Amino acid sequence: MTRTLVVVGHGMVGHRLVQALRDRDSSGVWRVVVLGEEPRAAYDRVALSSYADSWDATRLALDGGHNDDLVELRLGDPVTAIDRTARTVTTASGRRQSYDALVLATGSRPFVPPVPGHDLPGCFTYRTIEDLDAIRAAAGAAAGDGVVVGGGLLGLEAANLLRRLGLRTRVVELAPRLMPLQVDEGGGAVLRRLVERLDLSVHCGVSTRAVESAVDGLRVVLSDGTELAAGLVVFSAGVRPRDELARACGLAVGERGGVLVDLACRTSDERVYAVGEVAAVEGRCYGLVGPGYAMAEVVADRLLGGSATFPGADTATKLKLLGVDVASFGDAHAVTEGALEVVHNDPVSGCYKKLVVSDNPRDAGTLLGGVLVGDASSYATLRTLVGRTLPTDPGSLIAPAGATGATGSGVGVDALPADAQVCSCNAVTKSRIQEAIVVDGCADVPAIKACTRAGTACGSCVPMLRQLLSSCGVEQSTALCEHFPQSRAELFEIVRATGVRTFGELVARHGRGRGCDICKPVVASVLASLGTGHVLQGDQVSLQDTNDRFLANMQRNGTYSVVPRIPGGEITPDRLLVIAEVARDFGLYTKITGGQRIDLFGATVDQLPAIWRRLVDAGFESGHAYGKALRTVKSCVGSTWCRYGVQDSVGLAIELELRYRGLRSPHKVKAAVSGCARECAEARNKDFGIIATEEGWNLYVGGNGGFRPRHADLLVSDVDKETLVRLVDRFLMFYVRTADRLQRTSTWIEAMEGGLDHLRDVVVEDSLGIAADLEAAMAEHVANYADEWRGVLEDPEKLARFTSFVNAPGVPDPSISFRAERGQRVPVLLPVPGVPGAGEVAEVKR
Amino acid sequence: MTTAVDEQVWVPVCDYAALEPESGVAALLPGGTQVALFRTGDGAVHALSNLDPFSGAMVLARGIVGDRDGVPVVASPMHKQAFDLRTGQCLDDDRVRVTTHAARVVDGWVEVAVT
Repeated sequence: MTRTLVVVGHGMVGHRLVQALRDRDSSGVWRVVVLGEEPRAAYDRVALSSYADSWDATRLALDGGHNDDLVELRLGDPVTAIDRTARTVTTASGRRQSYDALVLATGSRPFVPPVPGHDLPGCFTYRTIEDLDAIRAAAGAAAGDGVVVGGGLLGLEAANLLRRLGLRTRVVELAPRLMPLQVDEGGGAVLRRLVERLDLSVHCGVSTRAVESAVDGLRVVLSDGTELAAGLVVFSAGVRPRDELARACGLAVGERGGVLVDLACRTSDERVYAVGEVAAVEGRCYGLVGPGYAMAEVVADRLLGGSATFPGADTATKLKLLGVDVASFGDAHAVTEGALEVVHNDPVSGCYKKLVVSDNPRDAGTLLGGVLVGDASSYATLRTLVGRTLPTDPGSLIAPAGATGATGSGVGVDALPADAQVCSCNAVTKSRIQEAIVVDGCADVPAIKACTRAGTACGSCVPMLRQLLSSCGVEQSTALCEHFPQSRAELFEIVRATGVRTFGELVARHGRGRGCDICKPVVASVLASLGTGHVLQGDQVSLQDTNDRFLANMQRNGTYSVVPRIPGGEITPDRLLVIAEVARDFGLYTKITGGQRIDLFGATVDQLPAIWRRLVDAGFESGHAYGKALRTVKSCVGSTWCRYGVQDSVGLAIELELRYRGLRSPHKVKAAVSGCARECAEARNKDFGIIATEEGWNLYVGGNGGFRPRHADLLVSDVDKETLVRLVDRFLMFYVRTADRLQRTSTWIEAMEGGLDHLRDVVVEDSLGIAADLEAAMAEHVANYADEWRGVLEDPEKLARFTSFVNAPGVPDPSISFRAERGQRVPVLLPVPGVPGAGEVAEVKR
Repeated sequence: MTTAVDEQVWVPVCDYAALEPESGVAALLPGGTQVALFRTGDGAVHALSNLDPFSGAMVLARGIVGDRDGVPVVASPMHKQAFDLRTGQCLDDDRVRVTTHAARVVDGWVEVAVT
């Protein structure tokens, strides 16, 4: 018989509980009713600050939980009472719901110190999407100064928001340093210096005495008498568990608040559980999502008769605040008796590292915890070593790179025990990753990510994944093929720097042998990217894959398809007629593509120039459908016609397609422009996608459809067109120069050390100082573009290669024949002679 | 124009200059047989059946020429299987071999043997 579980609260942990239960409850023992106070379903509150990147709440949505008959979500109607005897809950609207089991997942509320004036208009908290919307609206009205009360993690995130909204921002912290829970005095000092460099003022060691109304806004009065003018005030001084429902129905609560639960997450009533920030597990509340998720898993297990217990929580944290890395793990404040602190402090470079080790002469110290500020690159390795004997002396682990001959990360992944969590976000152990490599055959970082989810959240463990690959004997060779020991990126630089312009010279000087179907097209592509003339000139013709050699797409019967460029998908009726007439006259099968253009199939090699002649004469040019090159820039109709459009997406798409047409790249590049947030052009599954906003354009990168779909990530928001084009120039040229062969932008970014953050540093912040060079290279590409079809038509020597037979140029290939299907011609395939298993043979992998 | 030598019939096909180094062209033999003619970088000429046995399409002449561990090969343009230019043996599937034809250059003309 189906039983009813009522979950009170739909935050991240409530959501995870429902997911975990539904994943395991295959026979449908439990029907779940979720009663939420907030007007929206659970979202990624941990990433709340990123809401300000786009002001698009859908980007914080959590996966799963849709269309499940056994889950009912009732939002915007908070539970107001629990009757444990009748086993019912009552909501604000008066609705009563009975339960067999009840889970309290009500979370926390922001703590607002009860100072006079704390509830004046202009005072805000920082916990929900609605809070951020309200702060944004107020900041627009009250330009000038902002004050954040609270210098912890969320306080600094709030301060960053105010700064981004254009306010002069001050942070007030009661403790003598910022982030007092996570960092110690030394770390706090370095953090403060780094934060002050960003024009944030910091007032530590003072409390807020009052908030007062002033003529032009508010005034915050501090305990030392200082008065700070403020257009708005954000309170971010910690949270308190929302345990009022539990108190009212007589459940036991913790000494410092929170619903008291045991290790099974069960309250003093065996039918009632509590999870997440409202739960006080054996008296202790946890303000992190990781422990909350662990509790959700425990309760899901218990509801199905299991015996799971809360395993204790790792309160280690690592974050990037205002561009500053801060990490803290284990006994960061050295409260363990006899603990020793080993410190590396470099205020000049803004780097502070401390390890806390046990004072045990026999084992040279067990790692107890640590604090990292400014450079947290060793966090992933160090935190997994907590509770274990260090493999080397602690000083060398935090010494700056090069100082001791050690690398910056200090300790290799080999030193980690098998059960160490390499990816703490998704709780993936070293042994699980090794299994993925050895048993499941994962041969690179993207494969490990797909198989284990390791490295898919914060990405800090990606360097360790690479180390594990090589320690498992997976050759991480970057050699292009047997002929070139270099990677594609290295070859690109060689060709660019040396000016070598033929394959023969390149392979003689920098490789060996005669080349193959891997390195030849790569070199041809590199030469083309560098703008060395027509892709079929000189010895380049013998380097090209058949598609590039015939500037058309080979189909399964050996004929080709032809795709003229239709920029942005915009086409006049007259031009449509030209395409229709060409298709009719040459008997070509005609199909609309996904890239908003028209593909004409069934052309033989000797027909191609004649087809192009007709198209080129009518003003068409090659669409590069055959090349590892920019394909299309798709668009929705945009503000010209659409009632909802906010920008001219068609105009921008055409401009971009004409700008980047013909750009040869490591793999194909697809793009799209949407004229509003409804995203009809599907820009987020493109290599670069642009979505219009009221203020300008948002640029997304690294999206993919195809075999491994991936949504593009936001690179910048609300930029004007000039900035946008400059950033796309840099992004594309950086990709062209550094990606591996056949690596789409999505895997390029995933495999990049530092991932999207690094990409943004390079492309937006110009951290490598190459932006001007990238832009110049793109300007040269744009200036030197020429239509490849026309290039063949105008050169008799190139034209002569488009024949069926060297000894019978006018004779059509007798092996090619067609039949009719739905009124068009389709190929008749030849029988495959004597190949075992043929037809199942996919591409041969090497 | 044909000449009999040791039961082989040599068919003149084209001017040697019509072959580009490290490239292939297709030729149509009497009776409709299609051969793929390749000229490698060292000047040698090889002739294979133009039929890609994996796809059933007449396309081998349009593959990329190169070497694998020193073996001169053409990679099928369809799905990249490599074939030894000298023997027709597929290097990716030892059960597959394509027909080869003897080829030679006489007075600047390429000739292919048909049996």
